[in-house]
Amino acid sequence: MVVEEKFEFTSGAKKKIITTFVVGLVLALIGIFVIGSGNHGHEEAHGADHSKETVAASAQHHGGHEASANEHAGAEHHEGGEHAEGGHHGATGIALRVIKNLWHNSVFFTGIAVIGVFFIAFNYIAQAGWSAAIKRVPEAFGYYIPFAAISTITLFFLFKQDLFHWYHDGLYNPFLADGKTPNPEYDPIIASKTWYLGKGFYIFRLFAYFILWFLVWFKLRTNSLNEDLNADLKYHDSSIFWSAIFLIIWGVTSSTSAWDWVMSADPHFFSTMFGWYVLASWFVTGLAFITYITVALKEAGYLSFVNENHFHDLGKFMFAFSIFWTYIWFAQFLLIYYANIPEESYYYVERLKNDTYSPIFFINLIVNFLFPFLVLMTRDAKRQRIILKVVAVAIIIGHWLDFYIMLTPPILKHEGGLDANFLFIELGLALVFGSIFVFLIMTGLSKASLVAKNHPMLEESIHHHVV
Amino acid sequence: MSKSTNYIIGVFNDEDVLMDAVSTLKSSGVKIQEAYTPFPVHGLDDALGYKPSNLPIAAFLFGLTGTICALLLTIGTMGFDWPMDIGGKPFVPLPHFIPVTFELTILLASLGMVATFLIISNLKPWGHDPFMFDGRSTDDKFLIVIDLDKNKMDKVALTNLFKQTGASEVNSKIVENH
Repeated sequence: MVVEEKFEFTSGAKKKIITTFVVGLVLALIGIFVIGSGNHGHEEAHGADHSKETVAASAQHHGGHEASANEHAGAEHHEGGEHAEGGHHGATGIALRVIKNLWHNSVFFTGIAVIGVFFIAFNYIAQAGWSAAIKRVPEAFGYYIPFAAISTITLFFLFKQDLFHWYHDGLYNPFLADGKTPNPEYDPIIASKTWYLGKGFYIFRLFAYFILWFLVWFKLRTNSLNEDLNADLKYHDSSIFWSAIFLIIWGVTSSTSAWDWVMSADPHFFSTMFGWYVLASWFVTGLAFITYITVALKEAGYLSFVNENHFHDLGKFMFAFSIFWTYIWFAQFLLIYYANIPEESYYYVERLKNDTYSPIFFINLIVNFLFPFLVLMTRDAKRQRIILKVVAVAIIIGHWLDFYIMLTPPILKHEGGLDANFLFIELGLALVFGSIFVFLIMTGLSKASLVAKNHPMLEESIHHHVV
Repeated sequence: MSKSTNYIIGVFNDEDVLMDAVSTLKSSGVKIQEAYTPFPVHGLDDALGYKPSNLPIAAFLFGLTGTICALLLTIGTMGFDWPMDIGGKPFVPLPHFIPVTFELTILLASLGMVATFLIISNLKPWGHDPFMFDGRSTDDKFLIVIDLDKNKMDKVALTNLFKQTGASEVNSKIVENH
């Protein structure tokens, strides 16, 4: 007889998460107000070395109207009026760094939450039985979607000028207001992308993503909860239908949201692999979160039906999709390296031929490919809880760095990187978002039984056996 | 005259009965030589006390051979034997060689694994035909084979034990050792 299991979100666990949140907030505040100001001297020292290179680089990529942030800060004081007219980035230095981090974390955790829905959807469509016992874990990820919507949409409207170069009006007209004088700000490459990066369409998509994702998740969750009360196959059939709808939606929106939120930070660059690259990154991180939470619940005495066979499958998922991510990463890199087209290859020049970012570029590959690949290769490793936990944490950190390396160079130029403040602003804000994410998922888990007791595949899942 | 081995074979109609029979036989101290089923039965390997296969190690070694061969081939020809300037890249542009390396790794690992499996399963195309205790084990019957010489129980006791555990028939077979 299948017994319901109710997850109790204890006050001790709540305290731990809230403490993490507070620690993250304090770290970020220290980074902003204490180290942030002390860092300027360091930047200036480097500024002299960088300035020539940066000007040359930005002349190539952005038509010369974007000096390094350091000079920019100086220019702001002397020629503030002129810059404001041109619609240049308002925030600089530490403020821009905080904005970038907020956006980075918001996008990162939004994707992971939607991966929870994706996981349920493809398991329904594949008629997979093994996952029925852990179904409530990815299902709870959806409780983060409302917060994700609020944070992402708010951040976009507050800081769109700082985050997205293409948002500035001055770039699109070949001529100034009089109709004769050539516009020095005119950027034909960005102007040619107006049909997609137009403000109306972009904002429409921004809202559409969250509405669609939330509605389908809500439908799947309601079906799942109703199934607990009333053992009727109609809920299962309806879930299969909505899963198919979700896969169609996610098939399009995973790529377009990646273009909108990540790739468009660098509006000159494009890569046809980028949507899949971001999807692969989100997906393997989502799997790592599902695995970690499942193992943690098991160790806390919940999920009595889950055994090493389920862990083995989750381990295989993490292993396989770490390789998938590497495959996509390499497919993007190889084509750009081989063809060597300037507007494509500068993406890698920015990250590889740059002391600020090249360490993270290589750490990214080691943590996200070599480590899971070598550690999870054997069968026994995938059945060990402790190894799964270690690899899951590594993957989560690694893919957070992956998003860092995608988003930071175009927004922050030379001001990012592994400096002293990385441990405060970057780590602090990641902890803030991470603790909100975990808190909302835990709350979601506590709202229903951890066992979907009337799931028609549950019996199969209980007897799941991996050779 | 070569030696021969006496085998006693329990034939079952159902895999669940077979699984129960395996545990009953094991608990009565019988050493089971082998079980034959028309399809993989989950849990049978553990019940029979099989050790995990070493095939993955063979796969890894074959894969490693593929990796090394591909790197030697590409680096040797493009880097040393006949260096060419292609698109201003270095003579040994490692990223260019990764696809070949990957493919050859997969190719040798998979082909090597198939060959290893066929040879250790005695399905190789040369030599003797594979031996079968009962051809019906490839269709709808499940067999448990016991080597009489390696067990203390005699033939009658084992036959009775097989019948008790639900075997539909019990046969014996004398196999000449090669």
